[in-house]
Amino acid sequence: MNLPIYASTGQKVWYYSFRAICALILFFLIAPILIIIPLSFNATDFFTFTPEMLHLKPEGYSLKHYQDFMTNGDWQNAMRNSLKIAPVATIIAVVLGTVAAIGLSQSHVPFRRAIMAVLISPMIVPLIISATGMYFFYARLGNFMVDSMGMNANVVEYIKIVLAHAALGIPFVIITVTATLVGFDRSLTRAAASMGAGPVRTFFKVQMPLIIPGVISGALFAFITSFDEVVVVMFVGSAKNKTLPWQMFTGLREQISPTILAVATILVVLSVMLLVTLELLRRRSERLRGMSPG
Amino acid sequence: MEQIQTLNGVPLKKQIARALFKQKVRALLLIAPLLIFILITFVVPITDMLMRSVDNSIVSNTLPQTTTSLETWDPKSGNLPDEAAYAALYNDLKLAIEQKNHTKLGSRLNYESSGMSSLFRKVGKDVSKMQPTTGYKEQFIAADKAWGDIKTWTTFKLYSSKYTNGYFLAAIDMKKTPDGAEMLPASERIYLNLFVRTIFMSLVITGLCLLLGYPIAWLLANLPMRTSNLLMILVLLPFWTSLLVRTSAWKVLLQQQGVINDILVWLGIVSNSGRLELINNQFGTLVAMTHILLPFMILPLYSVMRTIPPTYVRAAKSLGATDWTTFWRVYFPQTIAGIGAGAILTFILAIGYYITPELVGGTQGTFISNRIAYHISSSLNWGMAAALGTILLTLVLVLYWVYDKIVGIDKVKLG
Repeated sequence: MNLPIYASTGQKVWYYSFRAICALILFFLIAPILIIIPLSFNATDFFTFTPEMLHLKPEGYSLKHYQDFMTNGDWQNAMRNSLKIAPVATIIAVVLGTVAAIGLSQSHVPFRRAIMAVLISPMIVPLIISATGMYFFYARLGNFMVDSMGMNANVVEYIKIVLAHAALGIPFVIITVTATLVGFDRSLTRAAASMGAGPVRTFFKVQMPLIIPGVISGALFAFITSFDEVVVVMFVGSAKNKTLPWQMFTGLREQISPTILAVATILVVLSVMLLVTLELLRRRSERLRGMSPG
Repeated sequence: MEQIQTLNGVPLKKQIARALFKQKVRALLLIAPLLIFILITFVVPITDMLMRSVDNSIVSNTLPQTTTSLETWDPKSGNLPDEAAYAALYNDLKLAIEQKNHTKLGSRLNYESSGMSSLFRKVGKDVSKMQPTTGYKEQFIAADKAWGDIKTWTTFKLYSSKYTNGYFLAAIDMKKTPDGAEMLPASERIYLNLFVRTIFMSLVITGLCLLLGYPIAWLLANLPMRTSNLLMILVLLPFWTSLLVRTSAWKVLLQQQGVINDILVWLGIVSNSGRLELINNQFGTLVAMTHILLPFMILPLYSVMRTIPPTYVRAAKSLGATDWTTFWRVYFPQTIAGIGAGAILTFILAIGYYITPELVGGTQGTFISNRIAYHISSSLNWGMAAALGTILLTLVLVLYWVYDKIVGIDKVKLG
């Protein structure tokens, strides 16, 4: 990778210009995300750096957009809704997804490819199509639950969104868990069985600890899918169930307020935390499976 | 030959088959809950929606007698239907008005022939004034000239069947006529252009992602582990950051009063009055979507490039190949699989995008998805939305199938 000492001038020029190009591309990738962080501390309502900010004067910066986020009822409500929906959707996706992934990784599964294709499809089908399909079907399902089963309309709204989000998160759980199961040593479960452990005990004592990194990263994906999802929730949910991304979407489309930048910064911090967790999990998984941590 | 038997006296072959069967059943039982869940919460709703693209039962349900009496009428004869058809229409409408269904039918037929909606809204009053005797034909025509127009009746006849291909024809800018399907006049064509634009822009975005992603993937795959892991964060952080955050970032950056224009003005490249329009057009969509989809190109490319042994490149160079030949003849062919995987994934994701084009695309940078959303929530022409959705979904599923054939869906890498 390093430039050899015998490199010609042309090679040297290419070597450095290639690195410069790569640096520019990486800058393109990361700069838009980083730039909103300082902008969110803007003391004015503009979306650009004011002269005070550029001169690093303290009066150019303020926490007022964060304050707005913390006190504004709409945003707080949206935050609460998101936090109510995403964890439950994640739990459904992870439980069903993990069990199915274990089934899929058995050596003889009839129609494996077809089943896999169906289970991954929520990730591939354009969101707007999933959203419209769910819009009609879930409306009827909801009416049925309210009219015939006598359920509370608010609860039904919530159930609809959770089910929709669970369906969208499942492909990620399937992909990550089957990927961990590929490296799973089957003789371990046989050893456990030969020593008299039942299938349930074998699962929790032997298999689960080994695949847990995959399960957790699947869960993180499912969580972020639900937490970040806006199209389906706009169609399936009602205004009462406005989630954080939905609130951001309306904010961006109608009157763009700088509070969005504060929310965006908080979400960036959240994704940094997720990224770190995932990296730690990956290392743990590799260590457990006897690969050297990269 | 003697059969090998197990301890309990069953032939070994049978015993193995039995064990295998048991294993298969167990695997299926583990998968079943999720499969049923996905079928109910996802596959059935979408199939149900797709059915709406051909469903046309509203006409024959609202006007059952009229539909029957029009069966023998030939629109090409140039004559209006007979008195019996008008009487049937009167009976049907009377019932429909009682159930307040006539305006719904009006808006349905208005998609096919404009003016229908107001005709049906008006007919509510007209019918109540009519004398329930004979001579319905005169009374209808006296109430509104449109009832004496062959065009009105032709529309009824053309759209009287339970299923229709009308929405699909409209989705490709065609129209039903008594002589078969015809293209709309060029000035009224919108959907074909929109499909072409969606596909073209998705291709451009995929191309840009490949152009920008290839060097990065190469760099990540060839740097020492420690450095490349650090740089990987720069790829993964955008990947993990909320889509809305990234779209808002671009919206803020690309505004006329935004950071990029400010920098350009400060550098003196553009004047303060001549700030560039970077957003609410195709440029905005291209930039924002390339940024959003770039990680989906880099990650598959990277995972392929990491497995390419460096010895091939060294061998080529030691045999006297130039840098370019080495790359083009030795390294590049080995990355084709990664390019295929990344490009198809990016293209599939791009073609169905909704949020970003909606927010930064203006009118010129929107995709077919935005049109579908418009028909669902604004124009309420659900059949049209379903037809457009079916075409888009077919396109995506074909690509999905190709992806499965050449890459395998279980080999999708996430992070």
